[in-house]
Amino acid sequence: MASVLEIADLHKSFGGIAAVNGVSFTVEEGEIVGIIGPNGSGKSTLFNCVLGQLQPTSGEVRIDGRVTTGMRPCDLNALGVSRTFQLLQVFPELTVRDNLIAAGQEHCGTMFSRLFGPRDAGLGPVADRMIEFFRLSHVAGERAGRLSYGQQKLLDAAMAFMGGPRLVLLDEPAGGVNLTMLGDLRERLRAINRERRSTFVVIEHNMDFVMSLCTRVLVLAEGRIIAQGSPDAVRNDPKVIEAYLGP
Amino acid sequence: MASAGLVRGTLAAVTVVVLAAGPEFLRPSQLYLVSLWAVTAIAAMGLNLTLGYAGQISMAQGAFVGIGAYTVALLMQAGLGFFPAFLAAGVLCFAVGWLLGYPALRVQHHYLAFVTLAFTTLVYLLLRNEQWLTNGVYGISGIQRPTALGFAFGTAARFYYFCLGIMALFLGAMWWMIRSPWGRAFMVLRENPVRALSLGVDTRRYTLLAFAIGSAVGGFAGGLFAPLVQFLEPNSFSLGYSLSLLLMVIVGGAGYLFGPLVGAAVAILLPDFLRFTEGYYLLLYAAAVMVLMAFCPQGLIGLSERWQANRRARLAAGGER
Repeated sequence: MASVLEIADLHKSFGGIAAVNGVSFTVEEGEIVGIIGPNGSGKSTLFNCVLGQLQPTSGEVRIDGRVTTGMRPCDLNALGVSRTFQLLQVFPELTVRDNLIAAGQEHCGTMFSRLFGPRDAGLGPVADRMIEFFRLSHVAGERAGRLSYGQQKLLDAAMAFMGGPRLVLLDEPAGGVNLTMLGDLRERLRAINRERRSTFVVIEHNMDFVMSLCTRVLVLAEGRIIAQGSPDAVRNDPKVIEAYLGP
Repeated sequence: MASAGLVRGTLAAVTVVVLAAGPEFLRPSQLYLVSLWAVTAIAAMGLNLTLGYAGQISMAQGAFVGIGAYTVALLMQAGLGFFPAFLAAGVLCFAVGWLLGYPALRVQHHYLAFVTLAFTTLVYLLLRNEQWLTNGVYGISGIQRPTALGFAFGTAARFYYFCLGIMALFLGAMWWMIRSPWGRAFMVLRENPVRALSLGVDTRRYTLLAFAIGSAVGGFAGGLFAPLVQFLEPNSFSLGYSLSLLLMVIVGGAGYLFGPLVGAAVAILLPDFLRFTEGYYLLLYAAAVMVLMAFCPQGLIGLSERWQANRRARLAAGGER
């Protein structure tokens, strides 16, 4: 089985500071990999290097065996790589439904059909199913900016799945979400992972969320991977406890 | 909700009827003014796409109207018919607008404003100084009005209908585009370009398209402006004109389909109706703009939407009691 994501000896420095300092790992199809580590350990920088928002100083990223280092985010997205951001990133003036259609429309048809073809790019039914799946039906016609924080967080996550991605990188999906909605979100993510064989990489500070969602956990500290393994193994690793979890 | 739609429909119908009957009751000078309104509204519609929908500030729309107007005038002087010249004006402005979009890929907001402002000055200087081409400050006169299928649009009344017809055409095309996935892509470019890019929206392509299409529409407006005024001179397309187009879009309501029509009406038609205020018109206008911007930056259309939303909320609250 081919690896969906391979990262080989990735480095990223800002001036003299190495934010990511030689990270290598692979993610297999259907895995849910968690990345944990203290603030400033290089998690988000790693994501941004994989996703084309930042240019790595050295090293290589492969998606489905293809070298993608240096590609633009929109081209990576066309290859089936999607992401969410640490802070909310919805389109506040558009309705929930239009947010979702906008999130998938560039995957449908051509520039020509997107001007002269159907107004919803043929994504209406897909958007409606996604709205139902993420339990946003009662606010489907509302402008996204008027939703509660938790609802916007669900919409933010839902948008990442509109293009039918193979690989989704989620940057702190649980941040600021209340407990009930957290359970909801975890269940949704698991369902998508199961049904579509979507592969996830998740950065998260909420330990319960990571440990219950992920099949494998990587621990980052000072730009390097200091431990990896099953959630239980990582939780009991003395190095991890020292660097991050605390005694 | 139904009543708001009814009000809007009635308003639209009345406007259409009044405009259609225009030549029956308007003086020739007023016919000219309404034609000028239609032409200016087209230019503002183009800017509304670039600025209102795609969120890219431009102080160059007046320059594109100038390029379009001079293109039509010069090509017609060279013996070309109006319609091919008109088309050429749009195509040329599309290309130049596409190029002007490149700075927008690097800089935003007030920096971009200055880039486009410099472009406007450049175009003005070219129109003024390149006498061999544009006849400089002496201008170009005697521009013919078009003839289509043996039908001449020479008289004020006929050309009035011609301008309104073209404006309706552009309004329809704009409506179509804004509701298409292209329109959605322009809006997400305005709302959150980083997220849009990560969702596969090629923000570079759509930024350039927003500039190119907006500029092309400005060029078409210029192509209509030339046979309307029948005399071109560089001063009409100085920076002040670009600024006043920008003001029209913002006063009318940036990002609303009908915003430019309202904004252009305020700038072009209202002075005529408020002539009794004599020298005070500009003063009143400036004060009204300041008040509007302070309390409703969404412009006049935004103001009416807000009023409607309040009314709806009041009705809903009344219904619950």
